Order: sequence, then C-alpha cells, then structure tokens
Amino acid sequence: MSTTMQPPAASPKHSNRLGYVTADYKGADSTLCAGCGHDAITSQIIKAFYEYGVEPYNVAKLSGIGCSSKTPAYFLSRSHGFNGVHGRMPALATGVLLANKQLVSIGVSGDGDTASIGMGQFVHLLRRNVPMIYIIENNGVYGLTKGQFSATADLGSKAKSGVANDLPPIDVCAMAIELGCNFVARSFAGDPKQMVSLLKAALGHRGTAMFDVISPCVTFNNHDGSTKSYKYAKDHEELLHEISFVPFFEQITVDYAEGETKDVELHDGSHIRLRKADKGYDPTSKAEAFNTLRQCQESNEFLTGLIYINEQKPDFLSLLNMTDDPLATLPQERTQPSENDLREIMADLM
Amino acid sequence: MNDFSIQVATVNGSGSQSSNTVLMRSIFQMGIPVSGKNLFPSNIAGLPTWFTIRANKDGWIARRKEIDFLIAMNAETAREDVMNLDPNRVVVYEETLKLNQYRKDLTFFPVPFAKLATEIISDSRLRKLLANMIYVGVVGELLEIDPAEMEVALTKQFKGKAKAVALNKTALEVGRKYAKENFDKTTVPYKTQRMNATKDKIIIDGNSAAALGCMFGGVTVATWYPITPSSSLCESLADYMKDYRIEKDGKASFAIVQAEDELAAIGMAIGAGWAGARSMTSTAGPGISLMQEFIGLAYYAEIPVVIFDITRVGPSTGLPTRTQQSDILSLVYCSHGDTKHIVLLPASVSECFSMAYQAFDLTERFQTPIFVMSDLDLGMNNWMSDPFEYPKIKFDRGKVLSAEDLKKLGSFKRYGDVDGDGIPYRTLPGTNHPAASYFTRGSGHNDRAVYSERPDDYKNNMDRLNKKYDTARQEVPQPEIDNAKGATAGLLAFGTTHFAIIESLDQLKREYNMPVSYYRLRAVPFTNDLIEFFEKHDRVYIVEQNRDGQMEMLVKLELPANLVGKIRSIRHYSGIPIDARFVTDELVAAEKGERQ
Repeated sequence: MSTTMQPPAASPKHSNRLGYVTADYKGADSTLCAGCGHDAITSQIIKAFYEYGVEPYNVAKLSGIGCSSKTPAYFLSRSHGFNGVHGRMPALATGVLLANKQLVSIGVSGDGDTASIGMGQFVHLLRRNVPMIYIIENNGVYGLTKGQFSATADLGSKAKSGVANDLPPIDVCAMAIELGCNFVARSFAGDPKQMVSLLKAALGHRGTAMFDVISPCVTFNNHDGSTKSYKYAKDHEELLHEISFVPFFEQITVDYAEGETKDVELHDGSHIRLRKADKGYDPTSKAEAFNTLRQCQESNEFLTGLIYINEQKPDFLSLLNMTDDPLATLPQERTQPSENDLREIMADLM
Repeated sequence: MNDFSIQVATVNGSGSQSSNTVLMRSIFQMGIPVSGKNLFPSNIAGLPTWFTIRANKDGWIARRKEIDFLIAMNAETAREDVMNLDPNRVVVYEETLKLNQYRKDLTFFPVPFAKLATEIISDSRLRKLLANMIYVGVVGELLEIDPAEMEVALTKQFKGKAKAVALNKTALEVGRKYAKENFDKTTVPYKTQRMNATKDKIIIDGNSAAALGCMFGGVTVATWYPITPSSSLCESLADYMKDYRIEKDGKASFAIVQAEDELAAIGMAIGAGWAGARSMTSTAGPGISLMQEFIGLAYYAEIPVVIFDITRVGPSTGLPTRTQQSDILSLVYCSHGDTKHIVLLPASVSECFSMAYQAFDLTERFQTPIFVMSDLDLGMNNWMSDPFEYPKIKFDRGKVLSAEDLKKLGSFKRYGDVDGDGIPYRTLPGTNHPAASYFTRGSGHNDRAVYSERPDDYKNNMDRLNKKYDTARQEVPQPEIDNAKGATAGLLAFGTTHFAIIESLDQLKREYNMPVSYYRLRAVPFTNDLIEFFEKHDRVYIVEQNRDGQMEMLVKLELPANLVGKIRSIRHYSGIPIDARFVTDELVAAEKGERQ
C-alpha cells in the first residue's frame, strides 16, 4: 500500500509520527457477537494503522456483505467507508482507486463473500494487482444467515447442528499465489502480534496484499468438530516465522545471527523482518510457498505467517499511467478538450 | 432524381463494408442527403447481411422499406431478395446467379464480378474484396455518381494505404467501364444529380457520437464489458481519449478498464463515482439485467454514475444485432424495491453527443445513476448530421463539500435535505476534516448515514429520494413539442423513431391533409406539459419499438384518469428499424376507424 511517509515529527506522548492518538483510528462500537474473531482483527487494524502512521482521512475502507463486512464501521471512523453488495467489494475498491490513486484502501471480506459469491471479482482483483489490503475474515460459515457452510469450510468439519461438510475447501492462499498475488499472508485472530506486523508490512506493499485470517465464529463455528475454532487453530498452528516490522525511518540493525532471520524490503523502504521458527522458509519462492501449503494441508496443519511476497510486479494503477493528481480532482480545463479539438474531429467526419 | 434506396446483399465477413461506405460517401459528397443502415447477423462470417443506402433530396434519413436498387452478391439469399422487390426495380447481380429467370418485371444487370476481379489480381482473398469495389463502379456508372467524388471517397476510406487505394481505384474503374460498355443506363429510373444539402455535414454513428460527448463532458473513468451493440462506444472512447486526453507529460487524464463482467463494470464505475470521478459504463439489455443489484445500491446510497444502454432486441439474448426500444421499464424501475431512475432518450447522433455530456452534469448534480438509452439503430449505424456544437458550459460537479466548507459548517448530514430540493450534500474520500467521513451502505440509514431500521428514518429517506426525482423533472432535457395547426390527433415518441415520425408527419399532411402534432419525449421523468399535450388533443398515438407498449405504460401512470382514454398505441417490434410508411399507414387506419 502506498501512503505518504513523513520523517518522524516531534509528537506528543502517546501519539504516532503524524501526531494522532489511537482514538483517531477507532470506529463505532461493534454489534458483532461478544468474542467474535472479527473484533480481534478490528483491534489489530487500528493498532497497525496507528503504529504505521497512516493519515486516517486518506483511507477508503470497503466491504461486501456479511458479518465481516460490518467491521469497517468499527475502525478508522475518520475515513470514508463503503459497505457494498455481496461479493462485489473488489470492483468498488478498484473504481475508488481509479478515481483517487492517492487513497489507501483496505477491504474486509468474509469467506462467503470472497470464496463463493465474490470469487470472480476476487480472482480479477488479484490478477490486476490492485494496490490495496484485502483481508478475508475466514470462519468457514455464513454467520448472518445462521451457520451454513462456506466454501472454505474443511472437508469433514462439522456444523453446530452436527452435519458434516462433504465438500473440499478452497484454499484462498494457494489460489492467490497461483493468480499472481504478490503478498499472501495467513494469520489467526488470536495472534495479535503476528497480525499487526503483517498488516504493517501490507501497508508498505505496493499491490494487492491478501491476508487470510482465521477468525472463529463464536456463535456458529467454535465447537468440537470445527476446524475454524479457537481451540483447533491454536492446536494446529504451524508458524512459518516470527515477524517484526521495521519502518523505513528506523535504522536497520544487525542484531541477529546470519541464517536465522530474513529481511524483505518493501516498496516504501520499510522492512519486514522474518525470524525463522524452525526451518529456513523463503517467502520469495513461489514453489516453496505452494509446497509448504500443500504439506500443511496434508498434515492438517494450519500455516501462518508471510507465505509469499514479491515486490517486483507492477500494480494496476501504475499500468494505467494516470496523471499524478487523482482523476477525481482534475479541473475542467484538464478533462475537457478544446473547441479546436472538436472542430478538428468534426472536420475529419465531413 | 436523388430519391432512391440501394440495398447491397452480401455475406457477412466478405469485406463489403469499405465498398458500401465509399458508395454512400460519394453520394454524400455530391451534396445529396444520405443515410446508411447495416442489417447484420449475430455471426462473424458466412451469414447473410444487408446494407441499405437511402438517398433523399428532402433530407429524410429514416429507414425506407422499399428497395429500388438491389445489388445481389449473396447466392444464398439472392432469389428471396429478388422476389421481395416491388415491380420495375433494378437488380445488379453476379451473372452466374442467373437471377433474371425469376422475375419479368424488373430491370436486370448481370455482371461477371468474379471474372472481372480475376483479371485485376490473382490473390483469391483480394479478388473477393475487389469484386465489392467493382459493384461500386457499376452502380456509380448506372446512377451517374461523379467519378471524381468516388475517387475522393475511396482515398479517404483507405487513407494512407497507397497500395489499397491504387488497387481499389482500378476495381472501381473496371466496374464503371464494364457498365458503360454493356448496359444502357437510360433504362435505370434513378439518378444522382449534384445538390448542396450536405455542405459541412458530418457522418457518424451514435456510439462514436456518445463517446465524443463523454470525452467533452469530462469523463475520467469508464469501465465496461463487451456486448453488442454497445462495445463500440467504449472502444471509440478509448481511441478518442488517446488522441485528446493525454497530457503533455504523457500521462492520461482518464482510466478506461475492460472489466471481467458487467457486475464488475458497474461496480467499478460506482466506486469511481463515489470517490469523485466522472464515471460511466456502457452496456446493452443483458448487461443491465446483471447490473441491477449495483444500480439499486447507487440509487439508494446516492452515487453518481452514467450508464449507457444501447438497446437490442430482448428478452434474454434476444436478437443481438437487431434494434428495439424494449428496455424502458427495466431502466426506469431498475433493481428491486422502490426505485425510479432518470433516463435520457437521444433521438439523433447530435443528441447522443449532447446528452452524453449533459448526463455527467446531471449525475453529479442529482447524485443518482443517469441512464442514456440509445439503440442499435442509432448506436451502430451511420447518420448524417450537423457538426456537434462545443459544450460551452461550466461542469456542474454537484453538492460536494470541501474541507474548507466543513471548517465553516462544523458538520454535515450526508442524507439531509438542506436546500429543500431532495438533493443532499456529499464529501469525497480523502477530504481532510474530521467531519468529512461517512459510511455508505445499501442498507437502511438515517440522514447522518448511520445504519438505521427506524420506520421514520426509512420513510424520510425514501420520500426525499422522491422529491429529488421531482426536482429532476425540470432539469432533464425537456421535450420538443410541435402543435400542428388544426390537429385533433397527436403523436408521442422518443429516440430513434424520430426520423421515421417526422417523415410520416410530412406524408400525413401531403397525402392525407391530416395535420398531426408531435411530442418528442427526451427524458424520463416527464414534465408537466405532457398533460397539456393530452388536453389539447383528442387522441395521442404513442409510437414505440416494443411489443408491450412500455412507454405507454409509463405515460398511463402519469396521466390523470380522465386523459388515459386518449392514449392510442402504434408498436413496431420486428427488430428492423421503423419506417415512415409504417407509421403513416397505422395512423391513417386508426384515424379512419375513429371516424366510423
């Protein structure tokens, strides 16, 4: 994500480098069920945007329909929000960024919203590499319609009613990598530290940063037999690496032993620092990302961390070669050709 | 003299378009009003296609049903094409088709096209193309079209391709020479003679005209998905924008995106409109069906977006390459729930241009989707027109509050009716003020854009939207009304039926001494003078190109009960453009019935 990076200013205590306090990044009170994983994610978004120092006025937050799609109302109340139609947030987000390429865009979607009704738009958002953070709050069920399986529910996992799911899941991370998405991460709503670091790295990425977060549904999918419950996720988590984020203005220190950590430089000059958990995982290798995902699937493990990153691919807005000023703000003089131009066109048609 | 129609019957994909354009343009360049219509199949190559050129000294440019001069190049339809002609008409044909065996009451001119083309070139593909230019030569000679004008038209057609110009000139000459040596042109009852009725006129199709209107209306974002007959609108827009909207540093003051489907196309356009761009999409009926959910969102959340519907024949896939005016109801009431939309109804290429740029002002002013409903006949056929006038207007960007405005105001109600016109104020994302932000949603909201299921909030909002629609009545393009002296009957129409109707009104007066008034709708919602028009006349014939009388239904809903009985209906829905004679015949028969 692009954002205007300013050197750190002398700011009051308990404020970020832009001088904002945490409250400036909060939203309305949540109306989700108490204990909902989505609320935990909301808290991490607030923290990450505060810590990274994003200008809150400059954010457009978008969503589709569903429990997850309610959440943009609960963070960044100083930014414009848009709760669109089911599964079609990617198109709205793309349009918003076409109109104003200077906005920082964050989309929050659910597993039904993304992997079922919105699959087409999700796929094309990734294919275009629209520069935005795309979070999937993944709980394997449809909450607002009371607990039907979604397309990410694992084969054999059980609904609250005891019915077993008889279809295989769609792995949104594997699919995203396949489609050329250059920032693919997975986390767990119950792991705030990892999430905040990943979100900050997503803010520093230019292109679609896709972030799949297992977010247990406390009402419909947090029981024995569910593979998207708090207990299951905690028991089966396979950590790729420990992550920390180094903003561009902080000096990169060499306080680690060679071979144990890896720094990935983001487009804005900041770094995501990966401390290897138990193996030398390279998130810049597509093949390794695929293989690791597959191995974890086979061993019923739930992989978290930065799964794949590539900082090279051009994003959609760069490809369009638009004016530096946002299209939405261009004055008439720049968007209406002259009378002579019309005369020339007319003469050609005579 | 200067009053005839030519029909070229060929096979789709045979490359006759250039030849037909050269033929039409050379008549046009002689100062004779001319119009061309392409009747083509939904197919790439191999099926029958017909191109009709109408030359008319009085300037009538609607379709004329009767064919005077047939050029029969398609073996598959040749017999039927010949059998359909009225007596005493002329047929130019490939001599091996032996068409003269079918009718004794026609004048036949057999031409060995294939043989003549072989003499010019050996390449078999080029030979086929050149055969087409040979018939242009033959027709040129028989109709006495100025050879110099034909050369000018040909050079323009193959601009910059010296080899093609040379080859085609040869073909043209071969055709002309063959006709001169073998036919007696005095037996042809049609002739061209130089006039001065096309000076400074342009020829353009409606979709290109609309594209120009969008460009001069300051469009910045266009997102679309290919569909006949609207694709050429955004394709043409992309071409023009590349020429006129790239800034000095090489950067584009626009974004044109081909979306993955219509759902995405309208979604992107709405997202861009929300964020402050002058944004648009173009589609046809099936695309509108797919866009409905999003259009309802834009209506309820009050987001500007311009939507072109270049209509074709429905329902379903319908006849993709034929024309109809059958999307009116689905546009006016597009999407579920109580919705009502503003629809602009261009009748000519110049209105495609002007209504396109007006649509951007209207959509930003009213913060609601604006439809521009054209059709295949207007959109994809070439029309003669006066050159378009430069829109000397200041863009109306609508009620947008800046950070400075908010500093003075302190706060704002996104969905409040401050000015009593039903139109609220909005802010754009990125506005640097704590009061600027609001949440946009398709679910119930109060005047501060906060989620609400309260009955009074819902009702207030819906009533305000209605008030906004009423305000729009005075700001949409107003109707054109021509009250004929002594007329007891009126005629109401919109869109492309216009040219057939003005010709029909002339026929009614000249042939039947029957003055008929004309009310041309240019937009929905209607204005109050609609009622006055009904009050002034005993009967009003609503002419439209659909089966169910969709405009008639809308008019009925607006009229007081005592006037509804005055409605009469003339409907044309074969998929072929309506012609003046059809309107005249229907109206005369109905009027006779009224008197009995």
